[in-house]
Amino acid sequence: MKTGAEVVIEALLRNNTELVFSYPGGAILPVYNALGRSPIKNVLVRQEQGAAHAASGYARVTGKAGVVIATSGPGATNLVTGIATANMDSIPLVLITGQVSTDMIGTDAFQETDITGITHPITKHNYLVKNSDDLAEVIDEAFHIATTGRKGPVLIDIPKDVAAGKTKGTVKPIHLPSYQPTVKGSMRQLKKAATVMENAKRPLIFAGGGVVAAAAQKELAAFAALIDAAVCTSLMGIGSIDTKNERSLGMTGLHGRTGANLAMSECDLLIAVGCRFDDRVTLNHSGFAAAKKIIHIDIDPAEIGKNIGANIPIVGDVAAVLTDLATVTTAKTNEDWMRQVAAWRGQWPPQAAADNSLMAFQITAALNRLTPKDVIYTTDVGQHQMFAAQNLEIEAGPHFITSGGLGTMGYGLPAAIGAKLGAMKQTVIAITGDGSFQMNFNELGTIRDQNLDLKIVLFNNACLGMVRQLQHHYSGDAYFGVDLPGNPDFGLIAQAYGFAAFRIEKREEVFPVLEEALQTPGTVLIDCRISKEDMVFPIVLNNQPLKNMIYE
Amino acid sequence: MQHVLSVLVRNRAGVLTRVSGLFSRRGYNIESLVVGTTEKHGISRMTIVVNGDDNIIEQVIKQLYKLIDVIKVQNITNDPFVDRELVLIRVRVTKESRAEIMDTVLQVFRGRIVDISGDSMMIEATGDTGKIEAIEAYLSSFGIKEMARTGKVALARGAKDRRD
Repeated sequence: MKTGAEVVIEALLRNNTELVFSYPGGAILPVYNALGRSPIKNVLVRQEQGAAHAASGYARVTGKAGVVIATSGPGATNLVTGIATANMDSIPLVLITGQVSTDMIGTDAFQETDITGITHPITKHNYLVKNSDDLAEVIDEAFHIATTGRKGPVLIDIPKDVAAGKTKGTVKPIHLPSYQPTVKGSMRQLKKAATVMENAKRPLIFAGGGVVAAAAQKELAAFAALIDAAVCTSLMGIGSIDTKNERSLGMTGLHGRTGANLAMSECDLLIAVGCRFDDRVTLNHSGFAAAKKIIHIDIDPAEIGKNIGANIPIVGDVAAVLTDLATVTTAKTNEDWMRQVAAWRGQWPPQAAADNSLMAFQITAALNRLTPKDVIYTTDVGQHQMFAAQNLEIEAGPHFITSGGLGTMGYGLPAAIGAKLGAMKQTVIAITGDGSFQMNFNELGTIRDQNLDLKIVLFNNACLGMVRQLQHHYSGDAYFGVDLPGNPDFGLIAQAYGFAAFRIEKREEVFPVLEEALQTPGTVLIDCRISKEDMVFPIVLNNQPLKNMIYE
Repeated sequence: MQHVLSVLVRNRAGVLTRVSGLFSRRGYNIESLVVGTTEKHGISRMTIVVNGDDNIIEQVIKQLYKLIDVIKVQNITNDPFVDRELVLIRVRVTKESRAEIMDTVLQVFRGRIVDISGDSMMIEATGDTGKIEAIEAYLSSFGIKEMARTGKVALARGAKDRRD
């Protein structure tokens, strides 16, 4: 006989867990003790939200489930933002929380909270395990559910007595007749799609996060070449195609690149791949689908027709569907369309302002010149995120780690920790803003502990720039609650943890300072003092169609 | 339009919360929801009456299927099906009205009298929603003191074995 906690650790190992992100506490103690005796690496974070985000970054670069261990009550509730973030972006996480003993559940015991109830709407599935004998099966199921179909977070709540109880820990084969994700696309639908593609003169592939999640970048690029299509992406779809690819028009949507938004408006066939037509992309729903056919490929049948109706829906794994689709589709060329695409590509980036002020754009341009090919960027949420999404050159692959769906400020720094631990040989750069950074910069301590080499590029305009920009557009410049005059000297904060700090204040400092910072071993923070007036353009205002972009 | 969904679920802790939570958080209008066991151990059937156009119902069904504990969802609205509700009504009675009420309940509505006290009578009736509404309307003129309706249970008609 073993303890439930030992069975938990065995199950983690059986599911190829190399490291966990955790924070200890009373109710999780039995599991924590077993963890301490195991070969699994433990990354102790500074607050549980950081663990969930770090696990997300790790999951996205490795393709494996990120594993989190936290205690009951506040430990569990601190995970909630991280779980919701992962759920919106379909990131596979397995989260294990401690719970008070079964005989105490429902008594408002110390550090008791109904975390399965709280997380019903923000997990793919969750469990409250009431019997030690069920632990092995539940954890195997959790990994299976988290990492297959449309991926997502799965939470397992384990009462203290269940973890301490004795059990044989019998492993059973996974039996989930009610959970059978569709992988292969229907041949009938594929053939219909092929016919539509033959007649298209201006085909555009709109790639979402599903392409990155399915690691279908090769299939996507090959298919785009086969039908001579342009490719634009959602925010989550960045990394589904190399931005240097001649077909790539970059991100589309509210802050999309000019060419991408015009292509969305002018294409006669939209092939939406692994995306869910988020409102940041479609904006004005009614005008969105006008005058074009839509083929929608997604692993989640519920996404088809949810926001935008599709002429030809295809349910399946993106990589499998694109591979099969290529076998039934005739190769073709669309010279006029691709000439237009090349022209749009040439128009980006827009010219920098004539004065000598430091602009975010110069920082991203310098990063494009200075970073190695396989660099991984993480971002926080706000203007810096959009500057990065619009302007950074990103290779095909999980190289752009951002909170797309939930828009969680504070995601970038812990996500960079996870990304680095999942890809130790690659350069990892966390792009952040002064607002977002202050949400989770306690995780600098984790970076110190783990001795990680991260480059933190902080776009510092001493305000909550994205909200300020909204007040510029929608509130007649009535700025309220957006300035952060109490900001610390971020360089000193980095130095307090023993990291090198740099500052960029002038345009001519950008390249040399960034170059030096990126070459400095270990974690560094680069405090880039940009102007509040440096706003994100283009922008499409409320209720406008995508093509109505404005630039001031 | 009103739709009747017959949903087979794994009888796990929290499954009712998952289903009802799905309806509330996605803004679907639930008319009634009835849960009970089935012929199979560990599997329950939910009969859900929901309002919405075809697009909404399609989304409801797809979202239900995303719940790991949901095994099968049938929209039986347009199939031949049998549906029943049960109602218990405590109605005010007087010496004058008693005979008429008993007669009508027994003869017209095929109901049963399950309790009688000085000034009230409890009536049990089963039937489809139309019949239940009719009996309720009839009795309301005498004064309904209390009422409990079960909500609708339904099964598709026919010999076709719908169990998967």
